Amino acid sequence: MTETIDKNAIPEIAPTFRFQWEEAQDCYVVLYPEGMVKLSTSAGEILQRVNGHNSIQAIVDMLREAFPGADLEDDVIKFLEVAYGNGWIRNKK
Amino acid sequence: MAMAGSEIKSEIKPPLWLLAELTYRCPLQCPYCSNPLEIAKYKDELSTEDWVRVMQQARKMGAAQLGFSGGEPLVRQDLEELIQEARRLGFYTNLITSSVGMDEARIKRFKDAGLDHIQISFQASNEELNNYLGGTKSFEHKKEMARIVKEYEYPMVLNIVIHRKNIDQIRDILDMTVELNADYVELASTQYYGWSRINVDQLLPTRAQLANAEKVAMEYQERLKGKSRIIYVVPDYFETRPKPCMNGWGAIFLTIAPDGTALPCHEAGQLPIEFPNVRDHSIDHIWNDSEGFNHFRGFDWMKEPCRSCPEKTKDFGGCRCQAFMMTGDPANADPVCDKSPYHQDLVDDVNRIEKMATSGKPEEQPILFRNMKNSKELMEKTPAEV
Repeated sequence: MTETIDKNAIPEIAPTFRFQWEEAQDCYVVLYPEGMVKLSTSAGEILQRVNGHNSIQAIVDMLREAFPGADLEDDVIKFLEVAYGNGWIRNKK
Repeated sequence: MAMAGSEIKSEIKPPLWLLAELTYRCPLQCPYCSNPLEIAKYKDELSTEDWVRVMQQARKMGAAQLGFSGGEPLVRQDLEELIQEARRLGFYTNLITSSVGMDEARIKRFKDAGLDHIQISFQASNEELNNYLGGTKSFEHKKEMARIVKEYEYPMVLNIVIHRKNIDQIRDILDMTVELNADYVELASTQYYGWSRINVDQLLPTRAQLANAEKVAMEYQERLKGKSRIIYVVPDYFETRPKPCMNGWGAIFLTIAPDGTALPCHEAGQLPIEFPNVRDHSIDHIWNDSEGFNHFRGFDWMKEPCRSCPEKTKDFGGCRCQAFMMTGDPANADPVCDKSPYHQDLVDDVNRIEKMATSGKPEEQPILFRNMKNSKELMEKTPAEV
């Protein structure tokens, strides 16, 4: 997490994690061996757009469009740092 | 009354974890196996269709994690089919295996079927002890399988059950897990249930061994931060407060034994309680309405010292099976707790074993391996003899 995030990077969900909607939990979750993290609504909105195609800049732009008026760039970057740090996402090679 | 009943029911949260013990057949004979001593009596295993139905019903209720376990789940020829169905249902699928019965072709087929994670058990960090404890020549095969599992980009957990015979090798064990690129390492101190309870005199580590192991584990945890997560579980026999067993009875975990018996934990079959079978009932009924799953829910069942204890909401009185094994009554406090009147008995027992282990004398009793022959012989004895 020491490196700064490159907004042109294209993140994808790491193959060792799974991201999905859980009906019973009523939220998005990250699943890993024998464990599950429940995500907040905003974290779910961000990770939904992490698909190996969108750059970080594109994700920020999409979220701005979906939630107009919200000053969200810092929060998005902060959450992505956490997601990189936990190994949930990685940059597509 | 109907009102009160429905209120209670609404407090029951759905199961999150489904542990599918597909079979108790196993090519290994580990003497610390947590399977029941009566493995030889489980001949009538659930069919593929039964398992598919169980998975569908549990998933519908909200279970997200699914463990294929055993015995050795690889023994089941329908494993690929079950993985495929589990993944289709949206489960996160965990295969908990010795890797004996696996090859690259099967690892690939599991990947194609959608398997998420493979956990491989090792018995030790060297061939001799590994093969002795497992009762089979499996060490090199396990290492080879671990390498291939990583080639196929699975997250990999390496699980090593820790006890007196291998605890002094903990540094070598951790070096081995580094070499094999494990994403997670579970150093699981033996818990004394099933076969390990019978072998406790041979398996329980000494306090000095434990102190060293904990030090080494912490050193590696620090060193491997960000690369590999090392989970070190301390054996509860040395504690003064019990573990919050299964996070509470019927709270998260649902285990299905090979014959379809539904249990709140994989050890609970030994309790003097009737548990439902998935051949007769739906998972919804089993989880929400069966007597077995409601038996120790909430706090009303508790006796003193648990009943008035401020910590009861944290540890739920500990483990029901341990209470039953050591006091004869599963509603008693877990004797690990130093508030239990039986705690001193446990301490005395630990001291007795420690004295024996450090005496330098050869062990009087041979270690009893987990296999069908020994299971049959044990079942022929009366409970008092065991």
